[in-house]
Amino acid sequence: MLVSALLSVLLAGTMYLGISVGSTGSNFGDSVRLLFMDKSAGSVPEAIIRQIRLPRVMLAALVGAALSLGGLVFQALLRNPLAEPYILGISGGSAIGAIFGIILGFSYFPGVSIMAFTGSLATLLLLLVMSQGQTLIKKDSLLLSGVMVNAFCSAVIMFLISMTRDARLHNIIFWLMGDLSSADIGKVGILAAALLPCFILLFWLSNIMNLLLMGRDMAQTMGVNIKIVTVTLLVVTSFMVSATVSCCGLIGFVGLVIPHLFRIILGSDHRILVPACVLGGGAYMVFCDLLAKILPSQGEMPAGVITALIGAPLFIYLLKRSGQ
Amino acid sequence: MNPVITVTKLNYSYGKISVLKDISFQIQRRDFFVIIGPNGSGKTTLLRLLAGIINAGDGRIDLLGDSIEDYARKALARKIAYVSQTVPVDFPFTVSEVVLMGRSPHLGMLGLEKEKDLVTAKQAMKFTELDHLADRRINQLSGGECQRVFIARAICQETDIILLDEPTASLDLAHQTRIMDLMEKLQKERDITVVMVSHDVNLAAMYGKTLLLLKEGQIVSRGKPDEVLTFQTLEAAYGCTLLVDESPLGRFPRVTPVPGRLMKIKD
Repeated sequence: MLVSALLSVLLAGTMYLGISVGSTGSNFGDSVRLLFMDKSAGSVPEAIIRQIRLPRVMLAALVGAALSLGGLVFQALLRNPLAEPYILGISGGSAIGAIFGIILGFSYFPGVSIMAFTGSLATLLLLLVMSQGQTLIKKDSLLLSGVMVNAFCSAVIMFLISMTRDARLHNIIFWLMGDLSSADIGKVGILAAALLPCFILLFWLSNIMNLLLMGRDMAQTMGVNIKIVTVTLLVVTSFMVSATVSCCGLIGFVGLVIPHLFRIILGSDHRILVPACVLGGGAYMVFCDLLAKILPSQGEMPAGVITALIGAPLFIYLLKRSGQ
Repeated sequence: MNPVITVTKLNYSYGKISVLKDISFQIQRRDFFVIIGPNGSGKTTLLRLLAGIINAGDGRIDLLGDSIEDYARKALARKIAYVSQTVPVDFPFTVSEVVLMGRSPHLGMLGLEKEKDLVTAKQAMKFTELDHLADRRINQLSGGECQRVFIARAICQETDIILLDEPTASLDLAHQTRIMDLMEKLQKERDITVVMVSHDVNLAAMYGKTLLLLKEGQIVSRGKPDEVLTFQTLEAAYGCTLLVDESPLGRFPRVTPVPGRLMKIKD
């Protein structure tokens, strides 16, 4: 409870920062006034905050929450602290689906999203077949399968991009790197409607995730129906990941950084970790997006660049440590 | 006679490889039942079948009068607890968190513990002498301590039957007897049934009330330790020369494998 309260404050704080800081530079007090009090204004700063920054910050929070939770679930399910949708290629798979959707000229919703979901399920299936049964739990075999799936997905993505020869090309590439700047309030609404039930479902399953970490046999003899739970967790997570990918492309390593951080601080109880990842992951993503906005002297960079710059070195460090 | 588990004409195979062939036996209430046998004799498979982890393809397992397949998962988990041989410690749970997990089959939808569950967990930790380690993380414990944590978790589950898969494997002598003493005390004080797979025939002889000797998926012998652990049955099961005499500690058999070098001298 205390943890949730603290993290809520943190999330609110970073979101506030995210709203206040931008290229047109309005000051902190102004943004609150514009957001909550001065409804009649209709001025330019008000439009910027309401229609650009607010949806963007909300999108970042949702995406960060979904990706952190995705990582947490995969780590519990595969009993592998290094598992993460991006590293395992699930995100890549849903990106392929989404790009197909874009090239075929589907609308963002439901066309591209459904394609992304199909793509992520297909990669998941491929991954499970490749590292079948018990070996799935072994770190090396799973990670190697993930690397291969990822390489394959990248190749397919590059192939699709090189076949595209019009204005959409730039959009696809920028979107691929994890771009949050295209947020609008409708998009955020759809994403929230899709993700919130998943968060609740996963919170409900959080004690079962604890039991899963005791190994399949022991979980089963403590009353867990392994098959149903595994399928539910995999499908829900793929759904969350593909929803975020179809919204804002490939943002990697969030699902690695956040669950790890919280496991170090809060321990391994998923009944605490699930809400912590939702709130903390949201805050982290808003923060990364903020960096992506303010670091370049001109223009902006995709937020996925920041998360990868922070996450990839951490991954290498963790891999090295777990090998000892 | 009051059997808690009745196994009838049980067969099991992994694909084409037959692991258990036509097994039938009963386990009585309050028994300390030890399944022994050479590697690959089907001991662990039998235990996993009894735990309901894998389903019997052919044959029947009855638990307290009902087929084990008729039990819902949670209901089964309130009757049988299981301690597996390999224990995952990749995730740094604390000792009390792991022990408390034993309460899950008794919890409601949200899986939140009540005061009573915390008390049960505390008692289980006390019984296994883990109180002082309650807040330590399990990946910082020794093998013997870790095994005690998982036994405490099983105790916390408050079942009539506890199944253990080689709880003393890879433990030193002191920890082996400590674990076995613990299980014996548990069986007597809590009036439960213990079923254990063991590699160690001498531990089985010292602690078991009933022994089941398997070879290649079939029962070679079943009964009290001195009935099962005879020169003839053991040689038939293990296919090596063994010396069986009475332990200097009391009235149970002692099994000593004979090294090849000494066999040559005998010739």
